[in-house]
Amino acid sequence: MSTQTLTERPARSTLFDGMTRYIPIGATVALLLALYFGGVANYRNFDKPQVIANLFIDNAPLLVIAVGMTFVILSGGIDLSVGSVMAFSTMTCAWLTVEAGLSAPLVVALVLVFGTGWGLLIGAVIHYFNVQPFIATLVGLFLFRGLTLQISTSDMSMREVKFFQWGMTHVEVGGGIRQGGFWLPYLSFAAIAVVAVAFVVLHYTRFGRGVYAVGGNEQSALLMGLPVARTKIGVYVVSGFCASLAGVLAAFATKSADPLRHVGAELDAIAAVVIGGTLLTGGAGFVLGTLAGVMVWGLLNTLIQFQGNLSSWWARIVMGVLLLAFILLQRGLARSGEKRRT
Amino acid sequence: MSAALVSMTGIVKDFTGVRALDGVDFTLRPGEIHAVMGENGAGKSTLIKVLTGVHAHDAGEILLDGKPVRFNSPGAAQAAGIATVYQEVNLTENLSVAENLLAGREPRLGPFINFRAMRRKAKALLDDLGIDLNVAAPLSSYSIAMQQLVAIARAVDIDAKVLILDEPTSSLDRDEVAVLLGLMRRLAAERGTAMVFISHFLEQVYDICDRMTVLRNGKLVGEWATADLPESELIGHMLGREAAALEQLERSVAGHEVADEAPLLSAKGLGRKGSIAPYDLDVRRGEVVGLAGLLGSGRTETVRLIAGADRADSGSLSFDGAKVAGHNPRTAAARGIAFCPENRKTEGLVGDLTVAENMILAMQAARGWARTIPQSQRNRVVAEFIDKLGIRPGDPDMPVKNLSGGNQQKVLLARWMLIEPKLLILDEPTRGIDVGAKADIQKLVAELSGEGMAVLFVSAELDEVTRLSDRIAVLRDRELISVLESEADMTTERIVDTIVAGGGSE
Repeated sequence: MSTQTLTERPARSTLFDGMTRYIPIGATVALLLALYFGGVANYRNFDKPQVIANLFIDNAPLLVIAVGMTFVILSGGIDLSVGSVMAFSTMTCAWLTVEAGLSAPLVVALVLVFGTGWGLLIGAVIHYFNVQPFIATLVGLFLFRGLTLQISTSDMSMREVKFFQWGMTHVEVGGGIRQGGFWLPYLSFAAIAVVAVAFVVLHYTRFGRGVYAVGGNEQSALLMGLPVARTKIGVYVVSGFCASLAGVLAAFATKSADPLRHVGAELDAIAAVVIGGTLLTGGAGFVLGTLAGVMVWGLLNTLIQFQGNLSSWWARIVMGVLLLAFILLQRGLARSGEKRRT
Repeated sequence: MSAALVSMTGIVKDFTGVRALDGVDFTLRPGEIHAVMGENGAGKSTLIKVLTGVHAHDAGEILLDGKPVRFNSPGAAQAAGIATVYQEVNLTENLSVAENLLAGREPRLGPFINFRAMRRKAKALLDDLGIDLNVAAPLSSYSIAMQQLVAIARAVDIDAKVLILDEPTSSLDRDEVAVLLGLMRRLAAERGTAMVFISHFLEQVYDICDRMTVLRNGKLVGEWATADLPESELIGHMLGREAAALEQLERSVAGHEVADEAPLLSAKGLGRKGSIAPYDLDVRRGEVVGLAGLLGSGRTETVRLIAGADRADSGSLSFDGAKVAGHNPRTAAARGIAFCPENRKTEGLVGDLTVAENMILAMQAARGWARTIPQSQRNRVVAEFIDKLGIRPGDPDMPVKNLSGGNQQKVLLARWMLIEPKLLILDEPTRGIDVGAKADIQKLVAELSGEGMAVLFVSAELDEVTRLSDRIAVLRDRELISVLESEADMTTERIVDTIVAGGGSE
């Protein structure tokens, strides 16, 4: 027995593999750099640090829901409810503080607990009743958009509530804009913190690795004795929490609640996740890729603003083309991996 | 014998109307290796799944160490010291070898996984078992055989009192099987681990097992010490008839006529980079050509080029007197080349469709979608083939996924026989199926070639290849090294010699 050793060197390269694994995210980063330097070369002031800082201000809510979506997609699911949950959270913040007169910190806590609880509920429905995530979360998309409009069909301002000033309170870095630095509000730090925590959770905790395992092969994960139920429900809890947090950040950012804002935000988030290199079938991808995906979306919008004479829909058109390109890239890599199998 | 470690009594399990287990008893003693034998559908897998918490039993009692237990999930069974290795590798390919070995039990620093300690632990574990892999590489970069050994290593590391191995050797080659069996012996001797071994390879069962429990049709036939049960009697118990079906078939095939004319199929320098080196191969009408070689030697790749499943990048192929160009599975089927792929679940059958629907798929495709097959004709041919191939249960409206492996394979065969191909390509048609179904399929191959059909037959079991083939193409390292032609060469030893010598002698 001990005299015989079986040796095998890794033979095949697949989407999960060392180098191949980084091709999609590498492409995203290359795209990001190309967009940025394209902007720098063509527009005055595009090279100011504040341009990059603005990406983290304008896209903070999107970044947060995209992080939640990364968990869900990595596990092999999808969450269509996040855009509506986000709008509902913003609206609840406004209504409970302005109309009901509750204290703002309490309201924020309630909203976050509610979003998390919604994730728990829908996750349990998906897992225990074996409902397709697409359909189960579609429930949330309709339900919460409807509820939001039921509360108010028009804008509701939170300008009077002192607490909501906190989010846009900012820190000046490098002496602020005047001296070639930039400023960043607290809410951007919150979004960046979410990415950092998500990164650590996904890569360095059992729950995170469980998400990858379930996304790789749910049946195997179950037979390996991993806590599949907890993991599958957990990703929707994370996504629900992120959606409500994004709603709170949106409240901070605009100090108003528009019932029709963030329509389709769930799809922007999915697009960002996919462009960030996460496999839609689950099991492969990085949360930092999602960050890159969100930045691509932000840079496209910034470029259009600098150009000045283009409709903002061009961002979506380009996003559609990019999405197609990235899906084809993923399929191509997956197929070349399969072909090399013995 | 010491007291029972696991004692299952009167276990009953029903699946929507079908009684899969009917009052089965099973006893496992500490440190013994115990085989559970039976045909496919006999209830072996169900028994194992009840013990490991995948299925809940409907009646009966399970005692572990004398205490009654009932597991609701594989996790619960693992926690109680019952680990399982399944036929299909149940690990996640996207994670690293180390993560797969230790998932759920990773060494941690506070709440965080300590990857360095995890890799060290994984490396030590594999070293101990005589396996040398890069534990940081993703599992998907290793062969299925290696993945299976990783699965076993994982089960071993759980420090199981009971280790269940459900067909663990079906994708391993000889050396790997030797390592696995050696490992099992060591575990039994050194740690007193009790093992349940399920395998279709009787040789391995006799080699390693102390006792056997035989099941048939969900019922217990009996329990014997291995030494007290000769192979012929065992097969008799498993089949429930005086079955020497396999012996009867012995070379009965060889006598038939092979038309001595121009070859039906002729491959010249056919090859594909990174898949199979260019090869020449002829197949005549009424001839069975076997493909033999070790796992990964290029057997499947060879036939995939002929079937049009992969595109060749060199050489030419002629079939039935005409050059074949623009080859793909559709045109191949139209020409009369039928291909039953190795992986029947993912590449052949549609699990949710019924037996009848699966059978007529190819026939319908050949007719074109606009011309539906009349109901009466459909019923007639389906009934005919269910009867002819002995598909059980013989219900044409049952979803195919509910059938056992052997019966699924027969459904797949029926599908292609319906379009009456000129060349039938069978890739591992008997893998993972029971003795009875195996004999049925082998007999069928013999009959078909007797009727003038040409057959390309790929199998890992050399016995089977030698028994059925008129000629044998031997492969090694993705190269066709030799074609054995003479009657005298149709032996297992000759094939092994050829592989070892690396060809050239013929």
